[in-house]
Amino acid sequence: MIIDINFVGLIIASIMASAVPLILASCGELITERSGVLNLGVEGMMIIGAISGFALMTVTGSLIIAVFGAMLAGVLISTIFAFLTQTLITNHVATGLALTIFGIGISAMIGKNFVGIPGKEFPVLFEGLKDTMPLLSPILFGHSVVFYFAFALPFITSYFLKKTKIGLIVRAVGDSPESASNQGINVKFVRYACILYGGAMCGLAGAYLSMIYTPQWIENMTGGRGWIALALVVFSTWNPIKILIGAMIFGGLTIIQFHMQAIGVRIPVQFLTALPYIVTIIVLVVISRDSRKIRLSTPSSLGKSFYKDN
Amino acid sequence: MIKIVKRDQPSRAIFFLTPVLAIFLTLAAGGLIFYILGFKPFEALKFFFIVPIADMYGFSELLLKATPLCLIAIGLSFCFKSNNWNIGAEGQLTFGAIVSGGVALLFYEQEGFYILPIVILAGAIGGMLYASIPAILKTYFNTNEILVSLMLVYVSKLILDYLVVGPWSNPEGFNFPETRQFTDSARLPLLFEGLRIHAGIFLALAAVVISWFVFYKTYLGFQMKVSGFSLKTAKYAGYKGKKMIILVFLISGACAGLAGVGEITGPIGQLHREVSPDYGFTAIIVAFLGRLHPVGIIFASLVVAITYLGAETAQIFMQIPKYTGQVFQGMILFFLLASDYLLFFKFKFIGSKK
Repeated sequence: MIIDINFVGLIIASIMASAVPLILASCGELITERSGVLNLGVEGMMIIGAISGFALMTVTGSLIIAVFGAMLAGVLISTIFAFLTQTLITNHVATGLALTIFGIGISAMIGKNFVGIPGKEFPVLFEGLKDTMPLLSPILFGHSVVFYFAFALPFITSYFLKKTKIGLIVRAVGDSPESASNQGINVKFVRYACILYGGAMCGLAGAYLSMIYTPQWIENMTGGRGWIALALVVFSTWNPIKILIGAMIFGGLTIIQFHMQAIGVRIPVQFLTALPYIVTIIVLVVISRDSRKIRLSTPSSLGKSFYKDN
Repeated sequence: MIKIVKRDQPSRAIFFLTPVLAIFLTLAAGGLIFYILGFKPFEALKFFFIVPIADMYGFSELLLKATPLCLIAIGLSFCFKSNNWNIGAEGQLTFGAIVSGGVALLFYEQEGFYILPIVILAGAIGGMLYASIPAILKTYFNTNEILVSLMLVYVSKLILDYLVVGPWSNPEGFNFPETRQFTDSARLPLLFEGLRIHAGIFLALAAVVISWFVFYKTYLGFQMKVSGFSLKTAKYAGYKGKKMIILVFLISGACAGLAGVGEITGPIGQLHREVSPDYGFTAIIVAFLGRLHPVGIIFASLVVAITYLGAETAQIFMQIPKYTGQVFQGMILFFLLASDYLLFFKFKFIGSKK
């Protein structure tokens, strides 16, 4: 069997493409969690982003309005979560679940009028360079701007958390809200900001799915990716660079299904579809087994409400 | 001037009043959404919440939907009370349905009084087995139960899909993704001629009574409560934390499994792709709305069951999309959580002089 080297490049590129929404959502959630807030509404925010992006694109015809509109929709829906958990001091887990249920419902309600409408072509960058190098060209060139942004995001996030003053503040708030508050940091404000940022990234992840990856609106099209993104944050032990690795593994598992079927491997399709979920569980077990390591890397106040008497 | 003050103690009266407040707020917000969508708010709400249960048939349908919700929510309350976040009841329901459905298929075209009890037991065991996965992974491998139980929902639905399309599909079924019809001996008896309400409701009522007894009359119930308040205290008191975690997961898995049995041996009568319209997720809301109290859960399951019926009626009569039901469910939980603020804080009116 002769393996065409460009074909390998195309497979890698398709794995990367399916990793994009996971990277975006995980990096957003990572910032939220680093500030001490556990937002389980990722799936809900993504699906809201997906329908908002697709609907705005269809109605306005503008891709730019659609992409930013989807991010804004993510921000708006996460504001509900922020208001409840930060101002009304509600339980993070329950509020996040409500957000997901609500988001799926609202998206299907809005999406009713957009089922079956074909998407638009999303412009790609560096298309002229596509045939310049074997193997590398399909990986490096001819992708959407969101694709490039997603692969830069873990590095930006890492730099932000480690090297900038604001990043330091976010970490301080997540690790010890009491002492951060005593230092004069407005914990509530920082957490609000981190939640809304997470919402924007999840909205973008959703828009990528409905506008670029499978350019159409399908009900429930996020299909659990939001939950896998949450698992990836644990997998990464809250280190953005490792999100990149994790997202590539899960992207690979998604892509492998299609190729296994194409080659004619006789495994039930349901088993292949279940693979990412099963692997998520296995990976979580392997990572979490070392409880000391998890405790050291988890933001200390994760999921705990902070209330300051004034 | 109004000042917000923290209460010394959470108010007990408000604890049981806020769910009612949450329901009213949801209705108000729902009316607003209908208005935005271009419907007459009151008419839409009437079709959503009153028309579906206005006759005997509707009332029977209400109980039919409330039964699995109540059963699962009772099970979940064991988990939630003790701070275990089992959100994969939908998966445990599905797996319970798979196991009991498999057993029911073994008795194809056989008759006998012993068949139904075996089928029911199989469902409970299936649910327990499936719930034991996140429980064991949590206790022995420190793995987050939220993510594991949720991932298993997707896996269970794919297993069901594989079985009804492949090995278990009806040989005479023209390749429809469904199994053979179960024998009558494997079906839960109907309670009234012409109505779909079946004997599964007694399983739910039994669960209510048993859980009330366990919560308020046994040492285990007390242990669960303490662990829910503070894991540190529970450890200090020497409670066997791991055993309890596994136990509450098994209980809630059994309840979800039984709900699965109720669905397939009650109204459905066979296995097919969709054994549950997300009862397992909706039951989380029911458990909270019912304040994790057995009696509260009965009322909550009836209220939330209306959203299922209402969504169907509103779709037929007013072309309101059926997902409105889910929107209502999400809103109920939002408003409930928000009104919890009143539990811990109160508004104090202070004169201008101070």
